[in-house]
Amino acid sequence: MDLTSLTIHGLSEKLKNRETTSVEATKAFLKRIEEVEPKVRAFITVTAGEALKSAGEADKRIAKGEGITPLTGVPIAVKDIFCTKDIRTTCASKILEGFIPPYDSTVVRKLKEAGAVILGKNNMDEFAMGSSTENSAFSPTYNPWALDRVPGGSSGGSAASVAASECVASIGTDTGGSIRQPASCCGVVGLKPTYGRVSRFGMIAFASSLDQAGPFTKDTTDAAIMLNAMAGHDPSDSTSIKAEVPDYRTFLTGEVKGLKVGIPKEYFIEGMDKEVEASVREALEVLKKAGAALVPVTLPHTEYAVGVYYLVATAEASSNLARYDGVKYGLRVDETGSLLDMYKKTRDEGFGGEVKRRIMLGTYSLSAGYYDAYYKKASEVRTLIKNDFDEAFKSCDIIATPTAPTAAFKLGERVEDPLTMYLSDIFTISCNLAGIPGISLPCGFTKEGLPVGLQLLGRTLDEGTVLKTAYAYESATEWHTRRPKI
Amino acid sequence: MSITKKDVLHVADLARLALTEKEIDLYTGQLQRILSYVEKLSELDTSGVAPTTTTVPPETAFREDRVTPSLAQEDALRNAPLSEKGCFKVPKIIE
Repeated sequence: MDLTSLTIHGLSEKLKNRETTSVEATKAFLKRIEEVEPKVRAFITVTAGEALKSAGEADKRIAKGEGITPLTGVPIAVKDIFCTKDIRTTCASKILEGFIPPYDSTVVRKLKEAGAVILGKNNMDEFAMGSSTENSAFSPTYNPWALDRVPGGSSGGSAASVAASECVASIGTDTGGSIRQPASCCGVVGLKPTYGRVSRFGMIAFASSLDQAGPFTKDTTDAAIMLNAMAGHDPSDSTSIKAEVPDYRTFLTGEVKGLKVGIPKEYFIEGMDKEVEASVREALEVLKKAGAALVPVTLPHTEYAVGVYYLVATAEASSNLARYDGVKYGLRVDETGSLLDMYKKTRDEGFGGEVKRRIMLGTYSLSAGYYDAYYKKASEVRTLIKNDFDEAFKSCDIIATPTAPTAAFKLGERVEDPLTMYLSDIFTISCNLAGIPGISLPCGFTKEGLPVGLQLLGRTLDEGTVLKTAYAYESATEWHTRRPKI
Repeated sequence: MSITKKDVLHVADLARLALTEKEIDLYTGQLQRILSYVEKLSELDTSGVAPTTTTVPPETAFREDRVTPSLAQEDALRNAPLSEKGCFKVPKIIE
């Protein structure tokens, strides 16, 4: 039995029945990492020693039958944007290369408390800025389905590590599609919860009104298990929502009779890949056969979303990233002994090209004379985008769209042209601007064998319907069981 | 709106970035292109539309006034590039 092929619920069952141990499973994943990592490069740091130690502790808990959760003893990976106590956390940036956090992010703490074993820290676009993981200061990540293709981004390492079976599940963050788009590119399930559903404490900030953490898994059941462990109010994050967390597994009934699935015409556009469109349309038919009703809806301000996002996100980023000044942590470049010079040289050397570009854009749109025309205008249009969803959800329970306009593109193809790269996120961005939950799940493959993703968007705090619909689709298809050969 | 090299230098100064000549030229062109794209937003009349800056209800987060342990000084300083006598050390500011 290859333990690395299992889902969370599959491995958990075997651990509970004493068919294997967490130490044995952890060793299998560490071996798998050693084998495929030279090709995939999904990790920045592998924490073998710590992983084996917590696996041993998990085995003791299982032996005693005390405090066991579905995650006890399950090896997972964590995007290198989450602070991990005493484990290097870089955000894939030179400016944080040697940073050792003195505390755990809330999400990591909760996953550890649930008994999960952390195998290491996933590669990503520097400060989560990118759609291809090519902006990592250390190395790109390669798509396990085709090594000359990107895994998507910014959580490309987290998506690729699940696809390549280097871990059972992983966590990432999604500011404009950074969980859903790589999940689509790598043929795995990626869930972005409602903004505020999961604590952002200890998660390195990019755009604070949009950032949200979520899981990458091999199926929908695993996504529900991960969300159960991650969700909930946190006094350390004043934007986390005080709302009961349901057991998300109770939504996995497969029953979608009478469910109204909204199809927005703005997401089936000229110029999108024909194979992607065909796979998604076929997926809609599957939902219809399962008893759901397809209803046309309209999200008229969709074409403005990318513009709004690149003003709002960069404005917030320019402010958030002001903290990297060579004083409190990270890199310091000090040649002349002048404070201002030290700030400027540290930041120029420590940040990569895309991060500097976004800091520049954000600083510009917030600067005197431009604030009204750019940042304020974008925040007003954001209201219109949010209103579009409120209006659409009056006539449907869930919205179905493609996750991305194309399957995974080739490395190097879009690096020279920031605007084309930004347009990779055209279908995922509106969800963050509106703060609603969304999921991407595998719904087919192109002729070249690249995965295609179906995106489902739900009402605020209605992850339940998102998971219910995803599970019904998954139960009728087999795309999610396919694994790349590497 | 056209972006000049002078604008880029001004913004780089505000953002505390010592850009190289090559970066200044590159960003002048790229910011121009991105800003022309977002110009699209001006097509919309947003008079009377309130801006959205957060999607969660903007409530004040109250908590009990209880003494809890905070980060120890040595932990807070552990990542400092330079520290001395329990403080972060920076280049001299006042002559």
